[in-house]
Amino acid sequence: MKHERRALDAAAPIRRARPRGKPLADRLLGAFTLLAFGFILAPIVSIIVFSFNADRFPTMVWGGFSLRWYEAIWNDATVRAGFWRSLRVSATVSVIATAIGFATAYVDYRWRFFGKTLYLAVATLPPTVPILVLGLAMLSFFSTIGLVGTLAGVVAGHVVICAPFAMALIRLRLADMSPDLEPAAWNLGATRWATMRAVVIPFCRPAIFAALAITAAVSFDEFMIAWFVGGFEETLPVRILAMLQGQVSPRINAIGTIVFAISITLVAAAQLLTARRARHEEE
Amino acid sequence: MLAERRFRRRRVDPFAVLWASPALLWQGAFFLAPLGLLVWLSFWSLRNFRLIPDFTTANWDRILTRDFFWAAFQHTLVISAVTALVASLIAFPVAYFLAFRARAATRRLAIFMLITPFFTSYLVRIYAWTIILANEGALNLLGRALGFETANLLSTPTATVIGYLTLCLPLVVLIQLFALSNVDRDLVGAAHNLGCGPLRTVLTVVLPAARTGLVIAAAFAFILAFGDYVSPVFLGGSRPPTLSILIVDQTRSGNHWPRAAVVAVVMILTLIAVLFGALAAAYGRRKGAA
Repeated sequence: MKHERRALDAAAPIRRARPRGKPLADRLLGAFTLLAFGFILAPIVSIIVFSFNADRFPTMVWGGFSLRWYEAIWNDATVRAGFWRSLRVSATVSVIATAIGFATAYVDYRWRFFGKTLYLAVATLPPTVPILVLGLAMLSFFSTIGLVGTLAGVVAGHVVICAPFAMALIRLRLADMSPDLEPAAWNLGATRWATMRAVVIPFCRPAIFAALAITAAVSFDEFMIAWFVGGFEETLPVRILAMLQGQVSPRINAIGTIVFAISITLVAAAQLLTARRARHEEE
Repeated sequence: MLAERRFRRRRVDPFAVLWASPALLWQGAFFLAPLGLLVWLSFWSLRNFRLIPDFTTANWDRILTRDFFWAAFQHTLVISAVTALVASLIAFPVAYFLAFRARAATRRLAIFMLITPFFTSYLVRIYAWTIILANEGALNLLGRALGFETANLLSTPTATVIGYLTLCLPLVVLIQLFALSNVDRDLVGAAHNLGCGPLRTVLTVVLPAARTGLVIAAAFAFILAFGDYVSPVFLGGSRPPTLSILIVDQTRSGNHWPRAAVVAVVMILTLIAVLFGALAAAYGRRKGAA
């Protein structure tokens, strides 16, 4: 490879035969890709770096390393309370949404029935509705059934948008399960429940873990429904929204970094589980 | 025993009903019912700050005859369409590189980095952009160091689009990458063997083969931008307002839910129209070679 490139440089004016290589075009493409990733990752890097900046004014000037913003949020009772609320909400949401997502994925995998398209539309459409519209709809509906101002209301709303993601992940996994596997178990005398426990759920386990992680992360970051429905039960993102609307402060960076550190652990876990699946498939 | 065996008489299988009902019940109670009420709410009236169930078109008349509403509608439509286009144009070379040119390890790392943003707070990323784009921010400092004339980007539609891209670009790249990975490599190889240049191969072979995924990716970008509230407020400075800003203003400060519901229903109808257009473009009859 190295040798080839040197030869090319030496013979720059000579045009190379076309199809293979195309190093210049490739390098341009690679450079463009790097730029695009720079754009995607710039805010994330900025959050982490400037959470350690001592300077209180939100400029790009480095004022020295400091943990003062971490100290500030540690001592901020509203941030701590919001964090715990978010944690409770996202843990509850991930379990319920993954359970519903699994059931829906299994129904899609196992049965054909009249109205299935409609059923799947109801189960998968929520993420295509703007979350702000959902927030308003839930605010008006939940206020008639006493769910406004409660974390239960936030959970109910978050499960709506999270369950389709869980369903998609688990459905993808089920697509790899041989349709003969279950009938084999049934023929051997296993009940449908026993088959579910001993065959289907173990087969889906990596996707179930991935779904738990991703739905937890989506719920943890969601602020529109939480803002509209939660009332005074402020979750962490709602607190951040309030901070953005008020006195902007580098404390937001510190919160962002901590949340990122927690989430990335979840992604890494989910990625490991799906990567193991992918490798298994490649073999 | 098996419900899917069609030669048996159709009979309701309790086991199937049991598995099908959680999604139906939950989405019925917390998704369909609220949306249904939202539509009805747009016909309610408001007297002395109290909502009264009604069937009046007063809210619709009021909103649809206001110039500020149509200005916001047009602005939201245009800026979301621009976002979908820009995101698609930026994402395509990236997805193409990752699908056809990069090594498997590079691709895996790239996918990991594309998933990462979903796990960082969108609000905090927007806050980061307010710092980067500010007058004394990194972008302007860099620009000045390079001798460019600099301007305050904050509170401009450009900043809003940057925010929208923050939201949707990773997803657009991922969907495009998925679409391109499913393009038959032999097709591309055949085009090369027949003397088709790289650019022409992309235009005549790769693009048509990946059309469905590309259109779906653009549709998602449009949907995300169309409904977003954070970017136009904190990066765009609320001027001109988008439909999402109208809704929040009517709901939270104006306390006029029925009018907010009108705007929300218009948003849903617009998105349904866009989705149908996108589906037609994605799955419709293919022109030229199959």
